[in-house]
Amino acid sequence: MALQNTIETINSTLREIMEEDPRVFVLGEDVEMGGTFGATEGCLEAFGPGRVIDTPLAEASIVGIAIGAALGGLLPVAEIQFADFIHAAVDQIVNEAAKMRYRSNGAFSCPIVVRAPYGGGITGGLYHSQSVEALFFSTPGLKIVAPVMPYDVKGLLRAAVKDPDPVLFFEHKNALAYRGFRQEVPEEPYEIPIGKADVKREGKDVSVITYGLMVHYALAAAEELAREGIDVEVVDLRTLLPLDEETILSSVRKTGKVLIAHEDNLTGGIGGEIAARIAEKAFWHLDAPVNRLAAPDIPAMPYAKSLEDFAMPDQQKMAEALRNLATL
Amino acid sequence: MSVEIRMPKLGETVVEGIIVRWLKRPGDIVRADEPLAEVESDKVSTDLPSPVSGVVEELCAQEGEVVPVGKVICVIATEEGADRGPGPGQGDGGDRAESAGKAREAVAKAGYDPEKGHRYSPAVRRLAREHGIDPESVRGTGAGGRVTKRDMLRAIEEKTRSGRSEAAPPEAEEFAYGRDARDEILPLTSMRRAIAQRMVRSVQTAPHAWTMVEVDVTNLVEWRESIKAEFRRREGVNLTYLPFVIKAAVEALKEYPIMNSMWEDDQIVIRKQINIGVAVDLEDGLIVPVIHNADQLSIAGIAKAVADLATRARAGKLRPQDVQGGTFTINNTGAFGSILSAPIINYPQAAILSMETITRRPVVIGDGIAIRWMVNLCVSLDHRILDGAVCGRFLRSVKQRLESYHKGMPLY
Repeated sequence: MALQNTIETINSTLREIMEEDPRVFVLGEDVEMGGTFGATEGCLEAFGPGRVIDTPLAEASIVGIAIGAALGGLLPVAEIQFADFIHAAVDQIVNEAAKMRYRSNGAFSCPIVVRAPYGGGITGGLYHSQSVEALFFSTPGLKIVAPVMPYDVKGLLRAAVKDPDPVLFFEHKNALAYRGFRQEVPEEPYEIPIGKADVKREGKDVSVITYGLMVHYALAAAEELAREGIDVEVVDLRTLLPLDEETILSSVRKTGKVLIAHEDNLTGGIGGEIAARIAEKAFWHLDAPVNRLAAPDIPAMPYAKSLEDFAMPDQQKMAEALRNLATL
Repeated sequence: MSVEIRMPKLGETVVEGIIVRWLKRPGDIVRADEPLAEVESDKVSTDLPSPVSGVVEELCAQEGEVVPVGKVICVIATEEGADRGPGPGQGDGGDRAESAGKAREAVAKAGYDPEKGHRYSPAVRRLAREHGIDPESVRGTGAGGRVTKRDMLRAIEEKTRSGRSEAAPPEAEEFAYGRDARDEILPLTSMRRAIAQRMVRSVQTAPHAWTMVEVDVTNLVEWRESIKAEFRRREGVNLTYLPFVIKAAVEALKEYPIMNSMWEDDQIVIRKQINIGVAVDLEDGLIVPVIHNADQLSIAGIAKAVADLATRARAGKLRPQDVQGGTFTINNTGAFGSILSAPIINYPQAAILSMETITRRPVVIGDGIAIRWMVNLCVSLDHRILDGAVCGRFLRSVKQRLESYHKGMPLY
C-alpha cells in the first residue's frame, strides 16, 4: 500500500478503471496535458487520444458529449475544470442526464461521471472557490458524492463510474484536501457504495455531520476538544445525494447534540435538509437545538485573504461551535 | 390571577369526560403544557395539559367523576396574581384566599420563574418519561444549571444501581434491560396505549379458557365461488367468508344467549342486542368497530356493513358509536394465514371467536379419505360466566350452520 493524496488517488484510480474497461474515457479542458490539477496526468500517453479528449471551453458541450457517448454505450468521465464553471452545463446535467431514465421509462440510463474540483481556501476569488453542491441537491435523478479522504475517493470513484446513472463527483481542491493529506490507499480494486456515510471518529457527547474539507477541520477540532474532555463524533457524509439518513439519525440518537457543518453558504445548503430530517425523525433524542456552521450568505468567496478567512468555516470556528453545544 | 381550567371537548360528539387521575394536587407547581390530569371519554384517553404556568389552587372534580364538557375542573393561580395578592380590606377572607397565599409561598420557595420556565430538551423529557424520573429532582450541569441528557443518564444509572442491590440478580436484569444505543425507541401512540390497557385488563380480570372446532366448508366455498363475481359487480364490495361466519355465529348466539353476555360485579348480564365487534387491523394497531343489531341483517347486509366499517376504520373516519356497544367479537385471524389462535376476550364481553384460514385438507368421511375445504373456529371464553360445555354446544351450532350453507341459498 502506498501513501497517497487525493489528486494522486484520482489519477491512479482513473488509470486503473481505464485499463480495466475500454468503454471508459475522459474528456474536458486540458485533460490531454493532465488537467489543471494533474488528475489525468499520463493518461494521454497511456491510453491515446481516442480516450483522452480535449474540449473547447464549453461546459455544456463537455457534459452534452458525455451524455451522447453514454447513450451510445461508453462510460465517460467528464472533467469540469473548476466547479464554478459547471453552471454553463446545468441544463445538460439537470434537464438531460438526471431525467434520462425517468423520461424514457427506464429504457435509457445515463452512466456519466462529472468530476469537478470545488471549494475555497485557495485565495481563488469569486470564480475559483465556489461550492455548488446545493444547486444540484434538489434534483432527484442525480447522485452527488463529495469524498475527501483518499481511501474514500478511490472507492467512490470506482462506484461512480460503474453506476448506471449520472454521478456528480466533487473534489475539494484546497491544498490540505487535495495534496496535503496522505493516507494508505490499497492497490487492489474496491468500491464504496454510493449513499453510505462514514463515522470517521466515534464520540458520545456531540456529533458533527459534515463533508469535504470540513471533515479535516472537524477531526482536528475533535482532537482539540478531546483534551477538554469533550467527546466528538465525526460523521463524514461522503455521499450527499442520496443522504445516508440511517447513519445521521443513529449518531443523533447517540449524542443528542448535532452540529451540521458545510463550507457552502447557510441558506438553502444541505444542512437545512439534514436538520429537517433530524427534527422529523429523531426529535425525542435531541438534547439541544440542531446547530449549523456554514459560510455566510454572501454572493461569492471574497478574494482578500482576510475576508476569505472570515467566510470559510475552519477548525477554530468548528471547535467553538462544538464546545458551545457540548457545554449547553 | 386565577385561571379556571375546564373539561375539554374530547372529540366531535363528546359531551362529557371522566377525570381518571389528578396528576397535580393543590399547592403543586404546574408549568404550561405540563399534564394536569388524565381525562377520558368513550373515544379517547388523554393527558390534559395546563394552559398556564402557576400553582394549583383548587381541584373542583373528584377522580372518577364524570364532568360535562366546559365545566370548571380546577383553578390555577398564576404568577401575576401571586404578585398582586389581595390587599387589606379587599380580601374575600375565605379558604380560596388562604390557599392562594400558600400557593404564593410555594412559588417563592421553588424559585420558579414563569418567564423562563424550566425547559427540558426532548431527549430529557423522553428519558424522564421512560424511566419515571422527574428531571426536577436531577442536578443540572448544563449551561445555567440546565438538566442535560447526560445528567438524566447519570440519574438513571444511579436509580438502576440502587434498585439492583435490593432486587433481581444483576445478570437477569442485564439480560432483560441491557439496551443497546442502536435500539430504536417507539413512543406509544394513544391507540397502542389503549390496546395495551384493554388487553391487560381483560387477561387480568377474566380467566380465559379456550376451545376449537374444525368445520367442513366445502359447500360454502363452492357457493361463494359461484356468486362472488356477481356480488362484487352488483354490490361494489367483495364477498369474503367473514359475513357467513358472522351470520352463523349470530344465529348460534340467539340459540345460546349466555354467550352474548357480560360479567358485572356480582351478576351476569345477558345482552338482548347482538352487536358484533369485528377486529380491523390498522397500520399501527387495531380497532374493533361494531355491527349493531347484526341479527337483523342478511349475509349481504353483513358483508356491506363489514366493508363499510373496515374502510372507514382505515381512513380514520369511524364515529364514536361505531366502536361502542359490542356484545360479542369475531376476529378474522385467518386473513393472516393463521390456522390456530387463542384470542384475548374483548372485555367485558363473555367470549370471542376467531376464524382461521380456510385450507384444503384430507378428511376421513365414512371409510374413505376426501379432500375437503376445512376451517378452524376458536373461542376464548370468560370462565367466570361460561363453561366448556355451553361453548362446545355454541360452536357445534356455528359449525352445523356453516356446514349446511350450500349453493343456491339466499344471500339477502
